[in-house]
Amino acid sequence: MKILICISNVPDTTTKIRFVNENTQFDTNGVQWIINPWDELALTRALELKEASGGAIEKITVISVGPQSAEPTLRKALAIGADDAIRVNAEPTDAYGVAFQLAEAVKDQGYDMIIAGIESSDYNGAGVGGMLAEFLGIASVSSVSTINIENGAVSLKREIDGGSELVGTQLPFVAIIQKGVALEPRIPSMRGIMMARKKPLNVTEGAAANNMTEFVGYELPPAKAACKMVDPENMKELVNLLHTEAKVI
Amino acid sequence: MNFEFTEEQIMIRDAARDFAQRDLITDVIARDTKAEYPTKHIKTLSELGFMGMMVDPEYEGGGMDTVSYVLAMEEISKIDAAVSVIMSVNNSLVCYGLGNYGSEEQKRKYLPDLANGRKIGAYLLSEPEAGSDATMQRTTAEDKGDHYLLNGTKNWITSANAGSVYLVIAQTHPEKRHHGINAFIVDKDTPGISLGPHEDKMGMRSSDTHSVMFTDVKVPAENRIGEDGFGFKFAMKALEAGRIGIAAQALGLASGALERSVQYAKERKAFGTEIANHQAIAFKIADMAVKVENARNLCLKAAWLKDNGKSFAIAGSMAKQYAADIAMEVTTEAVQIHGGYGYVKEYHVERLMREAKLTQIYEGTSEIQKIVISRSLLKD
Repeated sequence: MKILICISNVPDTTTKIRFVNENTQFDTNGVQWIINPWDELALTRALELKEASGGAIEKITVISVGPQSAEPTLRKALAIGADDAIRVNAEPTDAYGVAFQLAEAVKDQGYDMIIAGIESSDYNGAGVGGMLAEFLGIASVSSVSTINIENGAVSLKREIDGGSELVGTQLPFVAIIQKGVALEPRIPSMRGIMMARKKPLNVTEGAAANNMTEFVGYELPPAKAACKMVDPENMKELVNLLHTEAKVI
Repeated sequence: MNFEFTEEQIMIRDAARDFAQRDLITDVIARDTKAEYPTKHIKTLSELGFMGMMVDPEYEGGGMDTVSYVLAMEEISKIDAAVSVIMSVNNSLVCYGLGNYGSEEQKRKYLPDLANGRKIGAYLLSEPEAGSDATMQRTTAEDKGDHYLLNGTKNWITSANAGSVYLVIAQTHPEKRHHGINAFIVDKDTPGISLGPHEDKMGMRSSDTHSVMFTDVKVPAENRIGEDGFGFKFAMKALEAGRIGIAAQALGLASGALERSVQYAKERKAFGTEIANHQAIAFKIADMAVKVENARNLCLKAAWLKDNGKSFAIAGSMAKQYAADIAMEVTTEAVQIHGGYGYVKEYHVERLMREAKLTQIYEGTSEIQKIVISRSLLKD
């Protein structure tokens, strides 16, 4: 069995977000990049499954669409334990485009289980996993919170309102995972970091893909307003402010 | 000149940071209060490969450079210097000493277990009456042909209880003074070894520190490190490398205190505004930041010299003396910035201040470092 993990290269979650060019472009200056947290959990679960599989899972590949600057993130995934990596050399600007690039790069490669995070922590588009399955013409299961493999059969659990749903699927398929699929991401060990030096990171040129959407602008939320103190005797003013300024009543 | 870290060095720094902020932070105050040994954390550190990160991969080590080691030590020490001292002693005194001066048989026998943290190393040099003046070793190692007989007491031994591989410095030929000293690898379970009580320390309370007594302890002759009389030189060489580790630990204490102070200054309000807007606090932060940056540069320079096969002893002494002294200053200022909150355990900085004090004392006091530094300039 071969597993593919789709990885998005995203800004560290503590990054201060700024925009340039009249708020049409994210300012990447000084940004630290990390593996999208959902994708990191996907990788962790895949490693757990591989370790428990007694050799049945032979390989875990990680793939990302992005420029060369995304390679440290892929090498971190190799250090954590992935066996090899693929970088599709293209700008990841639109979910349709990314899913198409991924599909072109991995079709006919024999991956039995493809795992994608439910969304990326930067643009939160939540579109790639489903589209990728569609392009490949295979099954997809969304909001997966548990993945188990027993005797080659995959069983999945989805959290739904008021309970959970157990799903079986044919292979190959795309699992679009939620947090919960693994407890916490793995920290790469010295041995892992050392071994990552020798693991293959293959670069393929992106297929010609048409983006279907574009970002035309960004708006930051309004700055947090200062706290207003209202005299406890003056209930009328409090009600008035809640109504006219805060607009919550 | 290049001030950039490699991708791998950044990955190691981040791994150490993730470990410290995910695991160590959860119980650091409780362990400090109860003086409880960090068993599970040392196990995780071992699994991640931090206990022997610079050991040659041929002996199951991480094969990383000293710059990476400094980065990892800083991140771990920001949160928990009691854990980082165990890591430092194992890495830069014990593994470094054995890796560089042990025989091939000694390395094959001991290094893989030490590098993987299956066994923890301790370094036994200090004595009740031989601290800074390490030439005055009273512990004796009588040469009996196929073995040595060790007698005496060692003091302030980090990992004395949790550790199982001791590097012991002892006097074989008192008439030759320090040229008569030898270093030995001693298994802790050898008959005749006993421990004093756990030292109730001011800081680094969750590392285990004891005195160790040797009574007619038989050590095989093949466990002597180097030629007869090499022990004092061995001890000093190991300390030279060890200093970089402790310098990085002091750096971490200072930079951890700075980070907490910056965060607190932006949140805490006084006189109608965040205290960061008061120049009295802002200038303290600036002074602290300059000291931390200086200490970091000294640590990294010493590490870089070591990695490039150049003489690093003086740079290491400078790093250790400066980083330790500013760690004391910066952590004290951090407590001041935090005011009353700084004086209680919940805000961490009082612990950082208690821990910083030890970095000025162990593995060569600040005064000893100044002797080393000044002699390098003044001797002809």
